[in-house]
Parts: sequence; C-alpha cells; structure tokens
Amino acid sequence: MCSTKVGDRVEKIKDTGLLQDEPLIFEQGGKGRKGYSLPQWDTEEVEVNRLLPSHFLRNELEGFPQLSEVDVVRHFTRLSQWNYGVDSGFYPLGSCTMKYNPKINEEVARMKGFAHIHPYQPESLVQGILKLMYELGSFLSEITGMDQVTLQPAAGAHGELTGMMVIRAALHARGEKRKRVLVPDTAHGTNCSTSTVASYQVVEIKSNERGVIPPRKVEELMDEEVAGIMVTNPNTLGFFEEHLAEIAEIVHRKGGFVYCDGANLNALMGIVKLGDLGVDMVHLNLHKTFSTPHGGGGPGSGPLAIKKELAPFLPIPVIEKKGEAYRLNYDRPQSIGRMKAFYGNFGVILKAYAYILSMGAEGLRRASEMAVLNANYLMTGLKGSYHLPYDQPCVHECVFTDRYQEKHHVSTLDIAKRLIDYGFHPPTIYFPLVVKGALMMEPTETEDKEELDRFIKTMIAIAREAEENPELLRQAPRRVKVRRLDEVLAARKPKLRWNPKD
Amino acid sequence: MEDYLRYIPHTEEDVQKMLKAIGVKSIEDLFGNIPKGHRLSKPLDLPGPLSEIDLIRHMEGLQSPIVTSFIGGGAYDHFIPAVVSHLTSRSEFYTAYTPYQAEISQGTLQAIFEFQTLMCQLTGMEVSNASMYDGASSLAEAVLMAHRITGRKKVLLSQTIHPEYREVIQTYIDPEEQEIVLIPYLKGEGRTDEKILAQFLDQDVSAVVIQNPNFFGVIEDLQTIGERVHQKGGLVIAGFSEPIAYGMLRPPGEFGADIVAGEGQSLGIPLSFGGPYLGIFTTRDKFTRNMPGRLVGETVDLEGKRGFVLTLATREQHIRRERATSNICTNEGLCALMATIFLSCLGKEGLRELAVMNLSKAEYAKKAASQIKSCKVAFSSPTFNEFVLEIKGDPEKVLEKLKKEGILGGLSLVKFYPELNHHLLVTVTEINKKEEIDQWAKVLEKAL
Repeated sequence: MCSTKVGDRVEKIKDTGLLQDEPLIFEQGGKGRKGYSLPQWDTEEVEVNRLLPSHFLRNELEGFPQLSEVDVVRHFTRLSQWNYGVDSGFYPLGSCTMKYNPKINEEVARMKGFAHIHPYQPESLVQGILKLMYELGSFLSEITGMDQVTLQPAAGAHGELTGMMVIRAALHARGEKRKRVLVPDTAHGTNCSTSTVASYQVVEIKSNERGVIPPRKVEELMDEEVAGIMVTNPNTLGFFEEHLAEIAEIVHRKGGFVYCDGANLNALMGIVKLGDLGVDMVHLNLHKTFSTPHGGGGPGSGPLAIKKELAPFLPIPVIEKKGEAYRLNYDRPQSIGRMKAFYGNFGVILKAYAYILSMGAEGLRRASEMAVLNANYLMTGLKGSYHLPYDQPCVHECVFTDRYQEKHHVSTLDIAKRLIDYGFHPPTIYFPLVVKGALMMEPTETEDKEELDRFIKTMIAIAREAEENPELLRQAPRRVKVRRLDEVLAARKPKLRWNPKD
Repeated sequence: MEDYLRYIPHTEEDVQKMLKAIGVKSIEDLFGNIPKGHRLSKPLDLPGPLSEIDLIRHMEGLQSPIVTSFIGGGAYDHFIPAVVSHLTSRSEFYTAYTPYQAEISQGTLQAIFEFQTLMCQLTGMEVSNASMYDGASSLAEAVLMAHRITGRKKVLLSQTIHPEYREVIQTYIDPEEQEIVLIPYLKGEGRTDEKILAQFLDQDVSAVVIQNPNFFGVIEDLQTIGERVHQKGGLVIAGFSEPIAYGMLRPPGEFGADIVAGEGQSLGIPLSFGGPYLGIFTTRDKFTRNMPGRLVGETVDLEGKRGFVLTLATREQHIRRERATSNICTNEGLCALMATIFLSCLGKEGLRELAVMNLSKAEYAKKAASQIKSCKVAFSSPTFNEFVLEIKGDPEKVLEKLKKEGILGGLSLVKFYPELNHHLLVTVTEINKKEEIDQWAKVLEKAL
C-alpha cells in the first residue's frame, strides 16, 4: 500500500501485484459507453411509442452496465485470473473426474455447421447432426452394455430424474404404484433428492465394513412396495460394488428396477459392462468420463442408457435410423414426456463424441486402467501420513480422513486450504458422509507420475506442518486473491445482488 | 505411438514403477474386486482411435449447411460479439469445476454475482439464482416452487406458452399432487383469453403461468394480472423465451410477477442445435429460501476484503438430500458467463437499440407479407420479433419450395396447434438483412 497526493486529497494505492482489484461491472464505466456495434439500419426504425401502448414499455434499464469493449475484456480477463482450472494444474476433486479437456473438441464445437444450426432446421438439413447423436447413443450403449440411450438430460441429476420417471412409468404400465426407493448411505445427495422429486420415499441402506452394499440388507428391505435401488458403481468410496449382480437379482425378483449412477464410470470403460451385472439403467456424466469441460458449473450432459424393455418410456423425441436416413420420432404414446426443450445439450454431446473417436476402444480401456493405477498409487503414497478408513485397493478414487491431524486441532478444511498455498486444487472434502472428515481424491488418468509424486510430497509436508506449525494450516490460504471467506455472514445476511443504493 | 496416447502421459517405465510401489504385479491385479466372470475378455466394439486431423475431417463431414433462416420459436439467431467467445475460451473459466473452493474461484463467483444482478435488472425482480438447465425446465421448476409455497393443486397454464415448455411442465409435476388447466388464446388476437382465465381463477389456484412475448411473438397485456391473481392468493409466474424483448418491454417484475423463469439463449449463446442454453430464474426476496438452484452471495474474508461464496446451500441436494428444494446440482455456468459478457458489451443503450431493431425488422417483414395476396397476419395483437402468418396452401409444401431457394421460411405451427394448420411462425432478428426479407417475401408469394 502506498499513499499519493492527488490535488489536495491523499489517495491510497494497493500493491496487489497481478491479482488486480477489479470492481463489479456496475461500479465502473461511464454514461453512454458501450462495447457493441449494431448492424447497419437497412429498414426503417419504427416509432415504438406509436406501435405499442405505453404500459407495454419499460423505463431505462436502471443500473445496467455501460462499458467499452476494452473495459469488458480487461474485466473478465482479470476475473479469469482468480480462477483455477484443470489447465492450471492438478485437480484431484473426488467423484468429479477432472480430467484434461482436449482443445480440439472445443474447436469442433465452434464449427459453424454445428454452432449456428437451429434446432427446428428441417430434418433433411441436419442429417449429419442426427447421425452423430445416434452414433453417440450406440457408443454409450456399447460401453455400458445397455440397449438404448436418450441424450436429452442436461446434467447427471437430470439424467437421474429422467431415469426415476421412466421407472415410475414402467411400473404404472404394469398397473403398479410403488412407494419407496433404496439408496445406500454412500450415495450422492442428488440420488436422494431425485427420488423425492419423483415422489418416492428414500430408504437408506448401510454399507458394510468393506464400504459396499451387503446383499443381505437389500434382501431385508426389498418388497413389492419398493420401486428399485439407486446404486453408484463404483461407489463414492472408490470401491466396485462387488455384489451388484446378486443385489440386482434380489431386486428383480420382487419386480423392482436397478438404477445405476454412472458418475464414476471412468474406472470401468472396457473393463466391465454394467448391463452384464443386471443394471436396468445408468446415467453417464459426459462432463466427467467423456472429457467435456465442467465450465465452472455446467453445462454438462447426463445421457440415460437403458435396457430395451424400458425403451417405450424414454423422453420424446427419440432419434431413429431408417435405412440411411435419421429422423426424430415424437409418436411414442408411453413416453414420460419431455425433460427439456429440444434434444439435449448438443454442444456438449458432440465433444464427447469427438473424445470417444479420438480414444477408440483401446484408448478408453487404457484411460480406465491408468485412472485406477493413479488412484492406487496416490493411496499407497499417502498411507501412513493420513488415516485411511478402508485399507483395501480402490478403483478411480481413494478416501482419507483428518483423524491423525485432529489431535493437533487441524481439520480437513485446513488441510484443503493449505494445499491451495502449494498450488493445488484441494480434493473433495467432507464427502462421502459416511466418512468423518473425508478427503476424497480422484487423480484421473491424465496426470503423470511426476505430478502425483509432487502432490504426495506436498501432502506429506502438510501432515508434518500440522504437527509442527498447525497455525500455518489454520491461516491458509495466504497467497490468493481473497483469504478464507465468512460463509456464516453470507448466509445470515444474504446479499445476492449488487444494489445502486449500497 | 497410439493416437489416443496424446491424452494419457504414462510411459511403460512409469507404469512398472507405479505397480511396484503399489505392490502388485500387473494392471489386471488392480481390478481384483471385480468378479472375474464379469470382466470383459474382448475389446469394446467402437470406431477409432482417430488422429486430430482425421477427427477434424470426420466432423467437418457431419456439419449442416448454413442457410438464410426465419425460424425462431424459442431459439434465436442473434449476432454474438467476438469478445464473448474469446473470453469464455479462457480455460481458467471453462476447465474449472463448480466454485466450491471459493478462494480459488473468485472469477466464477464474481461473474455469477454479476449475472444474478443483471437478471434481476432485466426481469425487474429482486433475486436471481445462478441459472438452470434451460427455459423449459426453469419454468417447470417455477411451477413446482409455487406448489411448495402455496400448497395448492391447480396450475393455470396459458396455451400461448412454448408448447415444449408446457410438455416439460407436464412431465415434471406429479399428477396426484397437481393439475394443469390450459387457458386458451383469443382466436383473432393470439393472446391469452383473460375472461376464461378469470373463470378458472379461484382459491385452489397455485399459479397462473403466462409467457411474454408468447410463443406467437405476441406481447401479452399483463397490466392487471398481478392484482387479480394475488387477490385469490395465487402466484404469477412469467415465462419468456426471447429476453432481448426486455430491452424495451416492461419487465414482468413491474406487473407483479412472483417468479420469472425463461430462456436466456438469445443473450450471446450459440444456437447449437438446441443446447446447451441458459435457464433464467428470478423471484421476490421473500421466496429466496424456496428457490431451486445455486446462489452466490457477497461476504468478506478474514481481512475484511470483499469476496463471493456459494450460499444458502441448506436448500440444496448435497446438504439437505431428500428434503432439498430441487434435485438440481449443476447450473449452466459457462452459458451464464456468456450472457454476462454479452450484456456487459451491449449495456443499457445497446440492449434497447437491439430490441428496437428486432421489432423494426419484424414489422418490415410483416408489412411485406401482408401485401401478398394469399397471405395475412393471423393475429391483430402487437408482436415483438416474430409473428404468425396465415397462408393459403399447405405450409409444408410452401416451406419446401422456400427451402429449394435456400430460405428456411418459418415454422409450421400445425404440429403444435392442430387448428393452426395454415399457419407459419416467422421470426426476424437483426441478423436478417433487408434484401433477405425482400427475397423471402418474393419467394413466398411465388410459392403460394
């Protein structure tokens, strides 16, 4: 901070380095400035006040920004510099599969013949696009061992909701209405809320000492009132649900369905097909397993793959192939209806398609193998320095806790924040809920051995710091745009927008 | 080297060293917990791997032709300044996850805070979430929220709402909990029939849902709607699919809307054959805790410096699980960023000018069409940038003739409204040059 005299005032200037201070777009700019050029007027400008009654019209857009193009570019460039992405470094966020996002796929999505195409453009003029979607559906069917796919869901949770509605419709077609859904205690929160939105009551199944669902428990809870089970496989502890085939049999015997949350499919491509284990439907997260970027929180894409008995209930429209021609079929009397307008997040879908073509069968298998190798290598490297609640081989991710650090009054949160000072994105913390103080790490296949070694070394150093200088952890992070933020204040006095009066 | 290896860094030497460190002999041993009988013995049946250039060639072959178009109906071709694509291509934005770790996500968080503010200003509301999947699912979530707040059963849905949005609402509601009453439109005017609406408006109504401008491009007269619905204790939900209109039209917040939910694709997001788009969702302060989706709030760090965090998460699925307000997890973060940059570029004046240009061009096309003998404007109400034409002849055949001349002349309405079997929805934006409109009118006249 330095002070300088401007006229008769003294102004303070902060030495923020490259982490520049950047006000909100509403707090800068000047009257009449804009960063947009309107196309040339080649028709007459109507007199709005003559054409429309005055109560149809608004006053000026109060508070709206007034910026030049340069203002806008500087603003958002600065904001971007306060963010951390996969391209910035290692991002071991468990259950999120933060793998590298291939650049060519971004370019492909911007090709005019995709990006500029209207969803109502006649079918005869979008044959290539429909072909791409149809083929992606068949690739995903092959990878999961299912029969048909809808690409309509916009995200994983949206795929879950589509799936539970398909189950509801299938039961309805049998003249049945069931009340409950079984969900293990290791499940993502969305599984529970999806069941509720689909009007089912959630019954929790306790996982066993090996972190998986015991078939005996399913047997106890399964009856003709239960619509089905939602299983994440591999689960959020990073374990393959080794009894899934047996569980599926139990559920099917009582007329229920097996829903699989495929968020963690990155461990299984080319290794095992979920369809072979008795799964009736599985949603996939194209933004995890199939390398499409997370976008700072969407857009994602959550296709749902199903066994053919459930095909009549898929959302409309369904893409079909007749001879060499592709068409959108809306005539599906048993369909659950529609989950969103148009056909799905095509701009995301095509990146996943490009990824699968770039990898091929061999490449996808290699990706899963290296993802599992990386996770086990990380687990082995940290064992001893951090408490490992389930000491057994994992698949795509591993879960540690803060138990060894607790005695120094250091928590999972402190460890996570200290990692930021060393230039890493922290793991997923405090999830899954069955593990107290969880640190859930998923390295993915796109990290090399040197990066993992650097991370392991850093984590071990942090464990030592927790013993010797715990304050360092509690005060972390230091070398960032903002220090630890007051979340309690944010929730107690919510300020959710800028206001000119503030 | 295998082509797929460009994304996987492991050398054979790395693999051996890592296996040794783990204490296993082979990769196969890592999958020991997967029952052997279920493990695949042969490779997946998939094409590829393709090199980068072969991939480009393949993808180029799948592209669709770009043609002059007068199709809208919930997805609009607007000009997107180069700035939008350049800035959203910064990988610090697009390769980041949801901003759970606030200290290294201030870029995303501040941008969403700005987005929330812009959406409030645009719709005339008090609070906005960080976005939803798209306009249709956003409107459906609004209907669910009104049901949570009022506990009432009946939803009055105007027939002039985008037909696909209505289908999504129908899919989302539980028919045992809620019932939809469709309110027809006035035949000659193309706007919601207020008299019929009044007949159905009673103490059981949870919400009245109206889209403005509606699916026909008609500007609905909402002057008295808020008061009338509120008198009966229900909520007003205003939908939209063309937010550029709010550059000049009075926003729903000023008509007493309780929830505004719609589509933001027009705000700098490419058409991309229907997605990803941007669900916008705004409401009143008093309903904040009933909202679905993520929220970003302002706070301070431990040195007192301003910063932003995800907040009020106790409504959300990852905290509240089966008692959450919605199962939505992700938003459409990057699309919200596109809209924020787009609106920052346009600014106060730009958005108004753009709206006026859309209106003016559509009026020009309307005039041109009404001079054609076998063709008339179907509805007398004022419209924004699209309008319905009634033509003599089969719309499909007419559109086919236009297509042969390289023009997508409009959207046939019969598949959405069986009674509108000689009708085209025609959309004109700032993209359509005068010569294109003249050519469209000329070919249309010839085709009839």
